[in-house]
Amino acid sequence: MIIGIQVTLLVGALGIWQALASTHTIDVFFYGDPAGTWRQLMDWIHGGTTEGPLWQQIWVTLQEALLGFVIGVVLGVVCGIVLGRVKLLSEILAVYIGAFNSIPRIVLGSIFIIWFGLGMQSKIALAVLLIFFNVFFNAFQGAREVDGGLIANAKLLGASRLDVILQVVVPSAFSWIIASLRVAFGLAITGSVVGEMLGAQQGLGTLISQAQGNFNPNGVYAGLLVTTIVALGAEGLITLAERRLLRWRPPRHALEAET
Amino acid sequence: MGSSTGFEAAGPDRLRKPPPLLALNGVSKRFRGPDGRAHTALEAVDLTVAPGRFCVLIGPTGCGKSTILSMIAGLARPSEGSILIDGQPVLGSDPRTGFMFQNDAVFPWKTVLSNVMAGPRFRGVPKREAAELARDWLRRVGLSGFETYFPYQLSGGMRKRVALAQTLINNPQILLMDEPFSGLDAQTRQIMSEELLGLWEQLGASVLMVTHDLEEAIALADTVVVLTAGPATVKKEFTVDLPRPRRVREVRFQPRFVELHEQIWSCLSEEVSLAYARATTSP
Repeated sequence: MIIGIQVTLLVGALGIWQALASTHTIDVFFYGDPAGTWRQLMDWIHGGTTEGPLWQQIWVTLQEALLGFVIGVVLGVVCGIVLGRVKLLSEILAVYIGAFNSIPRIVLGSIFIIWFGLGMQSKIALAVLLIFFNVFFNAFQGAREVDGGLIANAKLLGASRLDVILQVVVPSAFSWIIASLRVAFGLAITGSVVGEMLGAQQGLGTLISQAQGNFNPNGVYAGLLVTTIVALGAEGLITLAERRLLRWRPPRHALEAET
Repeated sequence: MGSSTGFEAAGPDRLRKPPPLLALNGVSKRFRGPDGRAHTALEAVDLTVAPGRFCVLIGPTGCGKSTILSMIAGLARPSEGSILIDGQPVLGSDPRTGFMFQNDAVFPWKTVLSNVMAGPRFRGVPKREAAELARDWLRRVGLSGFETYFPYQLSGGMRKRVALAQTLINNPQILLMDEPFSGLDAQTRQIMSEELLGLWEQLGASVLMVTHDLEEAIALADTVVVLTAGPATVKKEFTVDLPRPRRVREVRFQPRFVELHEQIWSCLSEEVSLAYARATTSP
């Protein structure tokens, strides 16, 4: 039933938009219309884009996002856990991290283009930057909140310092870390697409910015649509991974276990 | 049952080396309180646990009993005095020590089997051997068949059994227990106490247990040590000469038990009233 309502809402919204466009209540030139967007999309799929086949644009953006995601998450988790457990380091570095966190990150994208050029590296760097802070703060908080009793127990059972980190701190911080992963992938795509829009030769962002330059709103919408589908697909995969990795958590509606 | 890593599984090994002698000499512990002033939790505590004996510490709430256990386990250091195991001072966690916590220290993200295997795995025992050992211990605590369950799926009593197996699988020579059964209902508590005695008799370790429950203390112990209200020190030691093996659920009706209960209670109740009065009157 819920799906029924969702579909109705979507169809309704598209319908109103199309009606407004067809009756010239809004100017198609500026606002585009669903039919035009669809035509553009089909055109790209069958005839390729000006930069090459559509799947290639998707693949470029996806590669940038994936690499940015992996690097950003690994860096974020490692730094978060280390600073979460080593109090001295966190006290020293807190100021700097706070400062970097406050710089508008998209602006740093321009700097990355200058440093790394128009190729994929600058987009990956931007994605890493966007993801790092998010994952870092989550991992940091998770690492700090580990139950001291569990750490004491592990030590008494014979765990080395490394064992404590890998086998107690990391699993314990997992819920925090996984929560940030979904957001992280969205940020990765954002980073890649925006980076491409700032300057690139390939990718979905390039398509969007070209459409923008040509005053082609349908092109922009079509590009966004493809991007959204890719992002949703990735989010689905992450949800599956989350369910598997967090099997040990009591389900929310059952606060007490009964055997 | 030795292995290449030198790890010895628990078994009827009272015939081998006797457990070490645990001694506290003049141990004091001071903390800095929230108001910045020094607060003395323990003052000149002298305590000895003879090898293989079951010693229970009892005292009013907040008198520092748990702190004693933490220091023996190497999780905290005494401000004064020394803690010796077989004449050697305690430095960090001694692998011969086992600790059963008051609150669940079972790892929630590991399965039951993985939890029990944790100790041997940390100490370098190969996976297959550790798993076999863990399965055996699960059988001994009555949890066969629950290997793949997660802690949240178990009842409180079952989680305690996992904790027990997790601790005892390492064959601790000194077993420290901090109110291990306090979270359980009275019936489960009695059952667990009895099972603990059974397992302990096979293990042959020296035990130091902290509890609030005087009946439990007398039923389990060879020696009951009464601590004063804070700053805590040893008030009196009582020898419990009830014969072993004991049936925890029935021993409490024996006349000698009742006698001991009266004696120890009159010693303890003074301290309990004192601690309560201090806690409920404003300075």
